[in-house]
Amino acid sequence: METILAQLLNGLDKGGAYALIALGLTLVFGTLGVVNFAHGALFMLGAFCAVAFRQFITYETVTLDPTKLSPWGAPLEIKTPMAQIWFGDFGAVLINWSVPISILLAIPVMLVIGIVMERGLIKHFYKRAHMDQILVTFGLAIVLQEVVKAIFGANPISQPMPVELRGSADIGAMLGLTPGMVTYPIWRLIYFLFSASIIGAVFAFLRLTTFGMVVRAGMADRETVGILGINIDRRFTIMFGLAAVVAGLAGVMYTPLVPPNYHLGMDFLVLSFVVVVVGGMGSLPGAVAAGFLLGILQSFASMTEIKAIIPGIDQIIIYLVAVVILLVRPRGLLGRRGVMET
Amino acid sequence: MNIFYLPRRDAITLAVFALVVLTMPVWLVPFGAAYPGLMQKFAIFAIFAVGYNVLFGLTGYLSFGHAAFLGVGSYTAVWTFKLMTMNVIPAMIFAVIVSGLFALAIGFVSLRRSGIYFSILTLAFAQMCYNLAYSVLTPITNGETALQLTMNDPRVLDLMFSERGAGLPSPSLLGQGMSGIEAFYVVAVVLLIAFYIAQKIFVSPFGMMLRAIKSNQTRMHYTGFNTRPYALTAFVISGMYAGLAGSLLAATDPLAGAERMQWTASGEVVLMTILGGVGTLIGPVIGAWLIKYFENIFSGFNDAMLHHTFSWLPQGAQDVVVAITSKFVGEGWQLSLGLIFVLVVVFLPGGVMEGIRRFSSLFRNRREPGPTGALKTSPAE
Amino acid sequence: MSETKSNVVLHVADVHKRFGGLHALADIDLQVEEGQTHAIIGPNGAGKSTLLNVIIGKLAPSSGAVVFDGNVLTGRKPYEINQMGIARVFQTPEIFTDLSVLHNVMIPALARRDGAYKFNILRALERETAIRQEAEAMLEDVGMHSSRDMAAGSLSRGDKRRMELAMCLIQHPRLLLLDEPTAGMSRHDTNTTIELLKKIKSRGMTKVIIEHDMHVVFSLADKISVLAQGRIIADGTPDQVRGNPKVQEAYLGGAH
Repeated sequence: METILAQLLNGLDKGGAYALIALGLTLVFGTLGVVNFAHGALFMLGAFCAVAFRQFITYETVTLDPTKLSPWGAPLEIKTPMAQIWFGDFGAVLINWSVPISILLAIPVMLVIGIVMERGLIKHFYKRAHMDQILVTFGLAIVLQEVVKAIFGANPISQPMPVELRGSADIGAMLGLTPGMVTYPIWRLIYFLFSASIIGAVFAFLRLTTFGMVVRAGMADRETVGILGINIDRRFTIMFGLAAVVAGLAGVMYTPLVPPNYHLGMDFLVLSFVVVVVGGMGSLPGAVAAGFLLGILQSFASMTEIKAIIPGIDQIIIYLVAVVILLVRPRGLLGRRGVMET
Repeated sequence: MNIFYLPRRDAITLAVFALVVLTMPVWLVPFGAAYPGLMQKFAIFAIFAVGYNVLFGLTGYLSFGHAAFLGVGSYTAVWTFKLMTMNVIPAMIFAVIVSGLFALAIGFVSLRRSGIYFSILTLAFAQMCYNLAYSVLTPITNGETALQLTMNDPRVLDLMFSERGAGLPSPSLLGQGMSGIEAFYVVAVVLLIAFYIAQKIFVSPFGMMLRAIKSNQTRMHYTGFNTRPYALTAFVISGMYAGLAGSLLAATDPLAGAERMQWTASGEVVLMTILGGVGTLIGPVIGAWLIKYFENIFSGFNDAMLHHTFSWLPQGAQDVVVAITSKFVGEGWQLSLGLIFVLVVVFLPGGVMEGIRRFSSLFRNRREPGPTGALKTSPAE
Repeated sequence: MSETKSNVVLHVADVHKRFGGLHALADIDLQVEEGQTHAIIGPNGAGKSTLLNVIIGKLAPSSGAVVFDGNVLTGRKPYEINQMGIARVFQTPEIFTDLSVLHNVMIPALARRDGAYKFNILRALERETAIRQEAEAMLEDVGMHSSRDMAAGSLSRGDKRRMELAMCLIQHPRLLLLDEPTAGMSRHDTNTTIELLKKIKSRGMTKVIIEHDMHVVFSLADKISVLAQGRIIADGTPDQVRGNPKVQEAYLGGAH
């Protein structure tokens, strides 16, 4: 019981990341009909929003203190982060909480990146074959990740989580099980709750606002909505921006879990496409369900007991599930029939 | 009936191509690329791209998993070296057979779907191969350290005829070592044979059927063709080409690592094919050469060389120009590659070959506005 | 099941097709005799296309069977059905747009000669002289020889349809299915197509035509079946059908 619960929890944060990326992919596919291989790069860009923000506020000014000597005999260097010079103690708080705070930066940045991407490149590909869309977005993904590499270098840059949120929560004890049996890092719990609330927000936005209703109608039947005289294209552009924001936020919050590097996006992209296909191309609930499902499955497959029976299963489980789903139920768990067949 | 027959046009192409390939050590000198290691890569990746194009160019099935076959070919070749003999011919044969079998299995499953689903299935299979090569299959692949020759490999065939020598043996062909310029010529001849076979496929009824599958699969069904075995054959052929290329990589440098199977490596062959001109015979070769050239020459550029190049500019401007261009060369050459690729897909979907055609038609148009020209230029979409 | 007459090539026997609650085809029994042109007409939504798709194997009937030349077609794949001798012309021409007209016509000829699959890379296409000559002759027949080197995608709509017809004819099918062969055509193109179809008729090929245009139907058909709301409401020679009050009701008072 405890082990099952522990594995279930272990799968949630990764599942959350998969779900968020897959959700954005599906939004873009459903609204614009574009297969976006650059979507993983958006996740990566989000992560680097956090990196950039932290690098900015921790940019240090070095002053020499001639009165004190360092252990090597040179004058002691006093390094003070910019943020602390400007804001004093508040600066220290800023640095400690840099990851969550960079969400505020990431939202406008990702929105702009998304809209520029759509207006600048993607919109020229609506009428071209899906193959061309894949190819051009694949090229774009390479460009984006190489730009990041040129700026931030090739090494992973770790992002510390706020001190207060380090450590683990004893979930087992909370649920009345033996204390200490099922513990779970707080940040991962936060990541799960964060992704769940973003997903909730996206669904609420699509269900409850007029804007969202038009977009959903457009997803179902673009032509009819167009005939009604609604400028669906502009809304779809905004949806692309929104998808970029969702992917970006997923990236920001993920940085304390895995230090981001420039090819983070590609790593997640492959998995997210698999998630989308398993969930059903074009189905938003499918993307979310499949994201969590595969995250959890992966975590179960990593159990030593399972690996003892089927060696290597943890490495391939997601792909294996995708292959089986594609062959047995081509439209995915919750997808419609015949989407993107040719 | 002469089974080696090629239409006149293609025979000329082959002759010119052979001339170009075999004189590489001469004409590559001014480009600074005439060293054997790089020329071997030119030939090997040309084989990979030519084979990939049999699938993608003719049938339109976009596979994102062909690096897996390249990797399988390399592993098979190194194992043949280890277990049997350092002669490269058995290594090539086994690599082609084993990668062909892999392609048969993966293609059989993946080709049950088309479009993007096919792409994702191939991607999934390739990632499985890659992940397994790094984890549970380490007894076979030697994981991160890569599979290498060792002093006490069995090499049964070799050791039947000769004593175990001191030092690591190296791959050979008929007693000739596989290194330097000799190795380049061996690889070049393999490329010419591979190219010729691809030509035969292109001009054959079989090749026509593959084009027809790309053009209109529904019509193919209602015309009485079972398209799946056709596509599967193309898939296996391209997998065998990849395996052959992989074995040659191992023959020129006897080690095999899993990173060869990563999906970015699969992406690279897609780039080569598109950049050069998908669906044409020469295009993928040009694409492979361009990318390998970029990779080796461009990535070798450093700031000092840039300063030298732009030394005619005033100091301030020079620094700015160097600062900007340095992002696109050296470590950043892939950025240039990505940009070029995007531009090609947007503006020149037929790649370099379409560029050449457009350019030459500028001059030809005045004289012969041939109606047949329209056919040959249709880009793959 | 009703009796099959001796010279019947295609027998659609007691076919029903339901989509969920919708009864798209009910109790269809149709016998197409050797060498005849059998037209299936009916108002929009009568089930004509569904019937054609059931015959060609694209849709499986909910019950009943389609028998061609003594063999049950149900459950077979389109390519198998074609290899048995049934060719099909589509409502919107299905052709190989990137290939030349000549190649478009050579491909079906190769399908007839080589079967559903043949790994044939030894002999160059250029050397397939017999097939090539046959294709050229066929193009001559349909009056398209001059455009044989054009890309099929650049043809006019009428020419695409003619070429598609040539693609079917070169297979010498025992049965030719035509789905609204003149849909969307100008009067002139329609008349050319009718002439062409009459020419084939004189060769004794069996044809099933789904058609909307009464002019086309009455100039070509030996027998007409009228479909309305998924049922055959009349069956017979053009004259018999023309006078049938049920038909007039279906067309004038019924669907629209």
